Amino acid sequence: MNEPKGDRRKFLARAGIATLGVGTASLFAGTAMSATTVRPSDVGVIQTALALEHEGIAAYRIAGKSGLLSPGTLKLALVFMGHHQAHRDSLAKLVATAGGKPAEPKTDSQYIAELKLGSLKSEADVVALATMLERGAASAYFGQITALKDPGLAKLFASISADEAIHWTTLNNAAGTPIPTAAYVFG
Amino acid sequence: MRWGGLLFAGLLAAAAGAGTVPDDVAAGKALYLNTCGGCHSVDTNRIGPRHRNVVGRAVASIPGYDYSSALKKLGGVWTPARLDQWLSGTQKMAPGSKMYLELDDPTKRRLIIAYLRSVSASAMPEHSRMASQPRH
Ligand code: HEC
Repeated sequence: MNEPKGDRRKFLARAGIATLGVGTASLFAGTAMSATTVRPSDVGVIQTALALEHEGIAAYRIAGKSGLLSPGTLKLALVFMGHHQAHRDSLAKLVATAGGKPAEPKTDSQYIAELKLGSLKSEADVVALATMLERGAASAYFGQITALKDPGLAKLFASISADEAIHWTTLNNAAGTPIPTAAYVFG
Repeated sequence: MRWGGLLFAGLLAAAAGAGTVPDDVAAGKALYLNTCGGCHSVDTNRIGPRHRNVVGRAVASIPGYDYSSALKKLGGVWTPARLDQWLSGTQKMAPGSKMYLELDDPTKRRLIIAYLRSVSASAMPEHSRMASQPRH
């Protein structure tokens, strides 16, 4: 948080412009995944991942409506939310293909209480929370890969983990926090 | 001076929770945020149940959290040794549980458990830690 606020805004606005194309690209993400067959033992892992995506989507959606975000940051938050929605759709489809019932999102009031969204007072607070969630998500995806039986699904988890890592990196830079010097940032 | 130093060291150790070193707790907290923070918080249930007082707490005992039947069946209390076993392989310990993340690095497990002890009022004494338990 060393940078003056104006610079952070500019950074986020620039990052937003650079990633505008991604929304269109994510339209194709669903088709890339349709070939994956799900083994019954993998369905549980997908359901837990789906719960994580639901939470991420809610966090961006609710924070996006808070009025705390400047236009550039809001644009970026919506791009990230779009990625999480694409992840959710791929994961939910896989559960349904396997004959399961995809995990449902919780209510907004539950997410507000669980993530303490009511205590967010500034854009910096929102960025700090999103940074924490994205870091945890990047780490959670690859941390569960060894539990998967299907290599195609492992590839999907690695791909989602990389998306979350992009979100974390962007937010981390926006806050002016240096990148950790040691390798294996996510564990 | 000497006695003062000892007393100070003792206070630090006590402040960090029985049997844990302050450095371990700080390192463990950073690892916790990174590795567990996607699903867990200390004070609120999220994708997983909250962790305040987890050391010394009955397994699957947080009201309002929707545990899997696998974890409800496990029974007993979370000790540092059992947490170590859990983090080494949740599906080996409670097949069908909703948590799949595994940590194969024993140092990371030790540091994260040191942090969990520090947020637990009734943290177990040193002698019940890790290693003493057989693993499969
Ligand atoms: C991908 C999500 C996810 C991640 C990451 C994760 N957990 Fe969990 N955790 C869960 C879920 C879901 C449950 C509930 C399991 C059940 O009901 O079977 C759980 C349960 C637990 C429990 C049992 C608590 C109780 O009340 O009995 C402990 C302890 C625990 N996790 C510790 C950790 C620690 C420590 C980490 C980080 C190293 C971690 N978890 C990372 C999802 C996760």
